[in-house]
Parts: sequence; structure tokens; C-alpha cells
Amino acid sequence: MLWLISICLLAAVAAPFVYRFFPRHTGVLLLPAPLAMVYWLFARLPEVMHGHPVVQRFTWVEGLGLEAAFRLDGLSLLFALLISGIGSLIVIYTQGYFKGHPQQGRFMMYIIAFMASMLGVVLADHLLLVFIFWELTSFTSYLLIGFNHESEAARAAALQAMLVTVLGGLFLLAGLVLTVNATGSWLLSDIIESGAALREHPHYLPILILVCIGAFTKSAQFPFHFWLPNAMQAPTPASAYLHSSTMVKAGVYLLARLHPALSGTSEWTMILTGVGLITFLSGAFLAVGQHVLKRLLAYTTVSALGAMVMLLGVGTEETIKAMTAFVLAHAFYKAALFMVAGGITHETGGETSVDKLAGLRKAMPFTFVFAMLAGLSMGGFPPFFGFVAKESWLHALGHYPLLIVATVAGGAAYVLVGISVGFKPFLGHMPEGLHAHEMPWSMRIGPMVLGGGSLLLAFFCGTIGHALVEPAASAIAGDALHVHLHLWAGFNQYLLISIATLLLGIGCYFVRPVFLKTALRLHPLVKAGPDAVYSLLLKSVLRFAGWQTRLLQTGILRDYIRITVIAVVVLVGAAFYRAGGFHGLEELSPVSVRIALVAVLMILAALVTVSSRSRLRSILSMGVVGYSIALLFSFFGAPDLAMTQLVIETLTVILMALAFYHLPTFKHGSLKRTRAIDAVLSVGVGVAVTLLVIAALHVHTPTPVSDYYLEHSYKEAHGRNVVNVILVDFRALDTLGEITVLTIAALGGYALLKLRPEKGGES
Amino acid sequence: MSSTILRTATRYMFPPLLVFSIYLLFRGHHFPGGGFVGGLFAGSAFSLYALAFSVSDARRILRSDPRDVTAAGLALALISGIPPLFSGHAYLTGTWWMLTLPSGVHLDIGTPLIFDIGVYFVVLGVVLTLVFALGEEQ
Repeated sequence: MLWLISICLLAAVAAPFVYRFFPRHTGVLLLPAPLAMVYWLFARLPEVMHGHPVVQRFTWVEGLGLEAAFRLDGLSLLFALLISGIGSLIVIYTQGYFKGHPQQGRFMMYIIAFMASMLGVVLADHLLLVFIFWELTSFTSYLLIGFNHESEAARAAALQAMLVTVLGGLFLLAGLVLTVNATGSWLLSDIIESGAALREHPHYLPILILVCIGAFTKSAQFPFHFWLPNAMQAPTPASAYLHSSTMVKAGVYLLARLHPALSGTSEWTMILTGVGLITFLSGAFLAVGQHVLKRLLAYTTVSALGAMVMLLGVGTEETIKAMTAFVLAHAFYKAALFMVAGGITHETGGETSVDKLAGLRKAMPFTFVFAMLAGLSMGGFPPFFGFVAKESWLHALGHYPLLIVATVAGGAAYVLVGISVGFKPFLGHMPEGLHAHEMPWSMRIGPMVLGGGSLLLAFFCGTIGHALVEPAASAIAGDALHVHLHLWAGFNQYLLISIATLLLGIGCYFVRPVFLKTALRLHPLVKAGPDAVYSLLLKSVLRFAGWQTRLLQTGILRDYIRITVIAVVVLVGAAFYRAGGFHGLEELSPVSVRIALVAVLMILAALVTVSSRSRLRSILSMGVVGYSIALLFSFFGAPDLAMTQLVIETLTVILMALAFYHLPTFKHGSLKRTRAIDAVLSVGVGVAVTLLVIAALHVHTPTPVSDYYLEHSYKEAHGRNVVNVILVDFRALDTLGEITVLTIAALGGYALLKLRPEKGGES
Repeated sequence: MSSTILRTATRYMFPPLLVFSIYLLFRGHHFPGGGFVGGLFAGSAFSLYALAFSVSDARRILRSDPRDVTAAGLALALISGIPPLFSGHAYLTGTWWMLTLPSGVHLDIGTPLIFDIGVYFVVLGVVLTLVFALGEEQ
């Protein structure tokens, strides 16, 4: 599995180059990568169906006991098939959608990289790996939503989606770490089989809440749903792929994956059913008031995700089966409808509103057929797979009349949206000024396979149920289930409910203007929702950042030095306070005469430095301080340090002398108050550093580190000068870091000196 | 700052200073010295030249832009860590080759030496980037 994911990643890297050399066939040429995955998954299908998951493990970081563990069971297989299968169609679709677009290569790269990350999420067995891939999907989603980076709305939506999902990801990480603490294993397969260990653990509730926050942000559950409709700023291939059929299902996948370990408690049922129900209904309610094609679909996606979470929350065998079937049905019709919506907008020159579209059936007959199929499946009309899924959903909720009522209400909204997208744009008379033509073949394949599939799956629903839904549902439930999907389940109350839903939905479609008006009236209310909270939070963070930057980054050198010095004094003081005060003066060795002389010299030079009225004299006396330090170094047997100090002092004087040219004439010293503050600060830092150095003398380690270096320096590093050997061999990585910092500092200094804003203008 | 004495002295001082900086660089592994102080020394030699003559003269005898010198040094230090990877060791592990010269003298050549040369050029480049930039402002 690692190899197949790597192939996808390689394809992503190769995409821009493929586009450069074969701009017309980029999609076709990149197709083998996802198809290889599809092929491999089908080849493994028999094993997985019989309950033998495919396990692959590679050593990752041996010292840390990390391994790249992958596992393919029924649930992973269903999701991976959707990801790679729809991914293949999207790659082809993109080729047509972005025909002649100079950035097509970049888009291909992002979308295939996303596919690889998403496959990683569903195939990984190691929790850290799951988390890494999880965050990678957020990141690639950011790139895709912000693809039109010149549009401010796209940038804001991309940032919003990323902040929400990545923040959720951090909650998830905390939840996963707690899970590992509770179960003692990083492997999902172990955690699933840990039985009641997690449920009875004192950390169960925090784990559940943290994991739920992670999953809910990703899967756009209330109140985090707002990022998903905004993410429709992404080009349609990305919306069809990430924001309807795959990425947003990652949260559902994770909850389903952890179902055997976490479910079965009242907390689980309450949180998931409650949040799922609210999301399901509010998504459906918000959807009917929309008129933009992609937003209609986006809100129903929110609603559908809510339904999946709700069904998981109820958590009976029947609801699990129904959820699994619904995941499949939803992926098919929703991706198809998105592709149709993108096609319509693409081929009519950018028209996005359902209300301005009509009569396209003559211009786009092919699109019409498959839009209709997908739309009917979405509405849950027989004989489509959407109907099969909806039927088993109703059956599963048989004991929960309240949820049945909710399903009827939500289902009616799906009918309305299905008709609005699948029929409305194609029927009636074409408005004047609307020009359209049929989609190119590359864009037809996706709707054809998925729309047609929505019909075909229904006729093979028994086989599909057995081959795909059953293994997945068994994996979610944690033991073997038997799934029998029927197109015709007999004449019973659920069929009546279904028919009632359809009729209600059709009725709603005819009074759609009422919904639009209501939505318009309710708009201020919706605007004050979670989206407003998000922007308020974002603004506050930015305001805080601005405030503290203004406070700390004044642009005046003196302030920077003051802040640094104060920080040193405070930190050292705090360290002494924690250590219980300062002691250790008594063990100092006697001071020799020559050292005393040098010290006196340094003190005098320092006094001259601060009291001198000439700059040159100040700098030269600073030099005296520096040279005296070099002298001290040589007294104590550190010739390397002494030598370096000498050259540094010389260079400092040269640099200062050069800097003179830019300074105003030295008229008067600073104000008395400033000098007083500076005096206090410098005395403070002097005392703090002195105490620190004396205290450091009394730190005793069992064996001084120097022993090790002295012993190994010549034997292993072929050098007698231990200082140098440490610099270039033992701690070479530190030195590498230091010279990198040095380089950056030099470039920064150079930029400050050379790239000054011109007078009267901006830089 | 155009004193004939300084110029004449610099003309005689400059080559020995550079030679001494290289001497410091190479002796560093066994005796006080090394790439850091060697680079500083070379940097002060060029700074002296810039003071005595002019920054553009100093640039001319350096031949390449000090920023390029910095980059080259950093690249050299980075590359010097790669050879140990081929023998299965961690990045930047010291790797040594024993050479026996025809005269029978043994010579140890190792990646730390190459690393130290990188440090030398980074320090030289950094010092001169700043000194030249400041000096040119006149």
C-alpha cells in the first residue's frame, strides 16, 4: 500500500512536467497512478470480503519504535475504492475543465497529492500516520480552495477551511494521544480489538470529545459546518472530489473506524446523534434557500454528513449498514452532480445560478441524461441506489419515530435539490443571451460513470451489498454482519414514508420561491452564526498580534536592547528564585594579581565608555574591554577563544568606524531619565550574569562532558585541538545551524543597509 | 582615510595576513585555530584593504561577491556531511581517508576539514557582506 501511495505522490510531483510536455493529455497520462490503486483494491477484494484484512508494515524510525503500518479491511476498502475510483474520474475531468489553462499542471499536482494523502488516511493503521495524512489532506485542501489565489474570497475561504480543520486536527491529536495512553498501542487494529478498555477508562469522555471535535471539523458538522459552503470557492473538480465525496468524509471514516472501541455508551449516542441530527436538518434547511448550483450541493453535503454521523450515533447494526450504503450512494450522486454543475457553469460561460438557467437540454443532451440520473438518485426515487440506501435508512430507524420525521423533512430537501440541479437547468425555455454547448468527452466520463452507476448499482444492490457494504459494515460494527440490500423490499410502511417524502419534496420544489424569500429574510440571522464567530476570533487574534508587535517591535534599537536585557534579568532571576536563592560564593579560588589588574583595567575602560563625550573614545574603550577579555581567556588556557575574541574586537571597531559616516554628529548625550533607566538595567544584567556564571561553576555532573571529548577527540576524530574537533565534528550539526544563522543575519543586515525606502516614497 | 603609510603597509601586510588565515584554518584541528577564526582573520585582512584603499578595490581583489562566498561556504559545509551517508552513518559523521604521500608521510583527510573550510568561507563572506555594505554607504 505504501508503494501505491508513493506512486500517487510521484504522479503529483510529475504532474507539472507532464503538463508542460503533453498539455492536451495530462489527465490521461496521469491516470495510471489512481487506476493502479483501483486495480490493486479489486484484486484484494475477495480476501477482504472473507474477513482477512491485508496488513503491511515497514520499519519507519527504528529507534523510536515507529512503523509505517497499513491495513486494508472492509471499511478501508470501501473508502479507498471511492477515493481512487472517483479520483481517476476527476483527473480526466480536470483535463477537460482546465483545458488550455496555464496552471492546469499545478492543479493536477494538488489534486493527486490530495488523493495520495486521503488514501493514506483510510489505509494507515498507525495513529500517527493517520494524523499526518489527515493534516496533509487539510493542507492540500487549502491549496485547492485557494487555487485562484488572485481572488480574495478564495484566499479567505482557503484560510478558513485550513484553520478550522487544522485546529480540529490538533484536538484530534490530543484525543489520539490519550487513546494511546489508555490502550497502550498506536495501532488502530489493536485499539479496535481492545474491547471495553477504552470505554471504561477514566479518560473516556475527554477522548470522545477530542476525537469528535477533530472529526466534526473535518466533516463539517454543526457548528463547524460553515467552512464547507465557503470552500466552494475551489474550482469545481476540487469541490466534486474533496468537498463532497472524499475529504469531508474523513471525519465520518474516523468515527466509523473507532466505533468498535468508542461506541455503545450514552455519551457516544448523545453527542453523535445530537450533532448529526442538528447538522442534517440545518444543512437541509439552509440548502433549500440557495440558488447557486454549487452552494445548493454544498449545503446538502453538510446535511448528508450530518445524517451519516447521526446514523453512526444510533449505532445499531441496521443503522450501521444503512450508513455504509448511504456513504456509497452519496459519493456517487454527489460527485456526479458536482461535475454536472461545473460542466454547466463551464459551458455557459460562467453562469452559476439555478434561477438563470433553463432549457439546456437541447444544447447539452448528454449532460442532461446523467444529471437527471444523479438527481433522481439524490432525491431517493426508485429504482436508484439512492432509493435503496434511503429505504434501508428508514428501516434502520424504525424504532425512532422522531428521527423518521427528521428524515422525511431532510429527505424532502434532497428531492428539491436533486430536481433543482438535475432537471431545472435543462427544462423550459432557454433564456435569451444564454449560450451553451455540450461538455467535452473528458468531462462527460465522470457524470456518465457515476450517474449511470447510481442506476446500475441499484439493480446489482444484492451483490454490492454483499461485496462492499457488508465488509465495511462488519468493520464498523466490530463483528460480522450480513447485509441484504433490496430494491424492492415489499409493500410496507417504509415504502409509504418514502413515497410521502418524494411527494413532499416535489411539492416543496413547486413552492421554492417561498423558501428563497424566507432565506433572504433570514439571511442576517445566518450571517450572525458560527461564521461570524470565526471572523470575530480571527480578527481578535490579528488585533492582538498587531498590538503586541507594536509594543515589542518599535523599530528603535534601544528598545530592542532593553527588552532583551529585561528578559535576561527576569529569566535569570526567576531561575534563581526557583532554585531557592543564590549560594556558592564560598568555594571560589583566590584572585591572582594579574587578573585583578586586568579587571581594574576593564572597569576603568567601561566607565570611560559610558561617560565619554566622543564616540571614537567610547568605541576604543569598548575595544579595551574586549581585548582585556581576550587576555583573560589566554590566562585561563583558552587560546582559541582569545584569538577569536581579538579578531572580533578588531572587526567590531572597524565596523563601528564605518558606521560613523551615517550617524548624526554627537551633540549631547541622552536625557538624564533615559540614562538612569539604562544604568539600572545594565547593573541588573551585569549582576544577573555574574551570579549565573558563579552558580554555573558549582554545577557538578558525575563525569564532566569534557572528559568524553578529551578521550575521544584524537582516537575518533583525528584531532588534538578539542575545541575545534567539537566544532567541526562532534557537534558539527550545531555549527551548521550557527553558520546558517550567521548567513541569514548577514543577509538581513545587508537588506537593512541596502534596501532602504527611497525618500518620500515607499520601498 | 587615505594615508600613504596605511596604504603601503597594507600592500605588504595583506598577503601574509591571508596566508596566515589559511594557516590558522588548517592547523585548527590540532592546535589553536580553525575555520571560524581563520575566516575572521581573512575578513579583517580584506576590511583593512577596504579601509586603506576603497571598498571597490577590495571587491576587485576578492573577485566574487561576498554573498556568493557565504553561499558557497554554506553549500560546502552542507555537502561535507553527505559522504558518511554512503557508509551507513548519520549525516555529518566524520569520515576519514588515509593518504600516504610518496615521501612516506601519512596524511589524514576528512570531511571535518571540508566542513571547516565551509565555515571559513561563511565567516569571511558574512564579515565582508556587512563591511562592504557599510563602507559603500559613504
